[in-house]
Amino acid sequence: MCLAIPGKIRSIESRYDGLVRMAKVQFGGIVKEASLEMVPAAREGDYVLVHVGVAISIVDEEEAQKTFEYLEQIGEIDDLIEHTQI
Amino acid sequence: MKFISEYRDADVVARYMDEIRRTATRPWTIMEVCGGQTHSLVKNGLLQLLPDNVRMVHGPGCPVCVTPLHQIDKAVYLAEEKGVILCSYGDMLRVPGSKRSLLEAKAAGADVRILYSPLEAVKIARENPGREVVFFAVGFETTAPANALSVIHAVRAGVSNYSILTSHVLVPPAMEAVMNDEESSIDGFLAAGHVCTIMGIDEYYPLAERYQIPLVVTGFEPVDLVQGILMVVRQLEKGTCHLENQYSRVVRPEGNPEARKMIGQVFEIADREWRGIGNIPMSGYELRPEFSAYDANKKFAVNIEKVPESAECIAGLVLKGIKKPHECPQFGKKCKPQSPLGAPMVSSEGACAAYYHFSQAMEEVVS
Repeated sequence: MCLAIPGKIRSIESRYDGLVRMAKVQFGGIVKEASLEMVPAAREGDYVLVHVGVAISIVDEEEAQKTFEYLEQIGEIDDLIEHTQI
Repeated sequence: MKFISEYRDADVVARYMDEIRRTATRPWTIMEVCGGQTHSLVKNGLLQLLPDNVRMVHGPGCPVCVTPLHQIDKAVYLAEEKGVILCSYGDMLRVPGSKRSLLEAKAAGADVRILYSPLEAVKIARENPGREVVFFAVGFETTAPANALSVIHAVRAGVSNYSILTSHVLVPPAMEAVMNDEESSIDGFLAAGHVCTIMGIDEYYPLAERYQIPLVVTGFEPVDLVQGILMVVRQLEKGTCHLENQYSRVVRPEGNPEARKMIGQVFEIADREWRGIGNIPMSGYELRPEFSAYDANKKFAVNIEKVPESAECIAGLVLKGIKKPHECPQFGKKCKPQSPLGAPMVSSEGACAAYYHFSQAMEEVVS
């Protein structure tokens, strides 16, 4: 139910006299419409997380990398502790 | 980066599993709160890969599962007796009411429609000015902004034949209810990543403090889940009880301010009954009085009797992580996805359905 999927913003348009920002968001081979009202900073090319037709967050690429560096960092931290103890 | 395939990399999962195995020296019980996480853990076979001393139990975070029987009966009544166009998310349709599900009502001729977004329901209302359109607004904090937005869209567009039947629930009070249960044996939590995307992480600091328990805000892909589990296990082994954020690519500490503003504008916090658990004070959202014209509960007189739950279903114990789905005597026998006794066997995110479809537990029951 809380399923939300990251997709790339392909284009943005305003509707209802500029009140509503809608985007075409690409999820793999599928393009769907999503409201950008909750993410005013979102721009074309950004990856946004979409839940029931509403974008709820802009995915942060720098932070995304951290998951893949975590294990190495654990090693470094543990090494550091060991080294300090010696 | 596409933010999906990278997080499904089997080699990365295996490295995390190795580290969990190396780190865990004692038995630990960890609850993932969100049904989406339960689904991902079971579907991706992660439960079988975890070492025996790291046990996952599954939480109450499945909105479809905790929506009270009475609310479903109300939705069926509105569709059948009031002739409304009743719209909802797909999962909600198969959940059994006391007499029938929304899907059965649809089969019998009621106008029940499955939608991807509540914003589509407002469009349907615009296109059918002569009919009432009701959206069955279930969900946790993740879904509340979209449901609130549908009301705002209706107000802006002057659409008066639209209303919502709310069954909104909140995660932190449910976590407290789980921890306050005497039978609870939970050592640590994976907090629900998408709920925190909206609400931020502040309301979880007091939980970590009060219950002296580590909490890690976690995502939904396999690599997210194993990293979240490792972070909890590392804390448990060290004896710390902090709040950490594994899902920082999406979750900001303050959440999403626009979404929170939208929720505050349309909803207020109220007591809420949870199917299988009972009443939890201040654990849900209701529409604010100024939006009562969009409140299906106030717009339509619905006087139907409250019917008690099936005595054979142990959903409450499953939702609180006290029993596993396959420990229920009816699991896979009298209770199956085609003929469910309770809601956790219906939703793909319900622990019982996830076990039925993907888990070895099913094979054990059958053999």
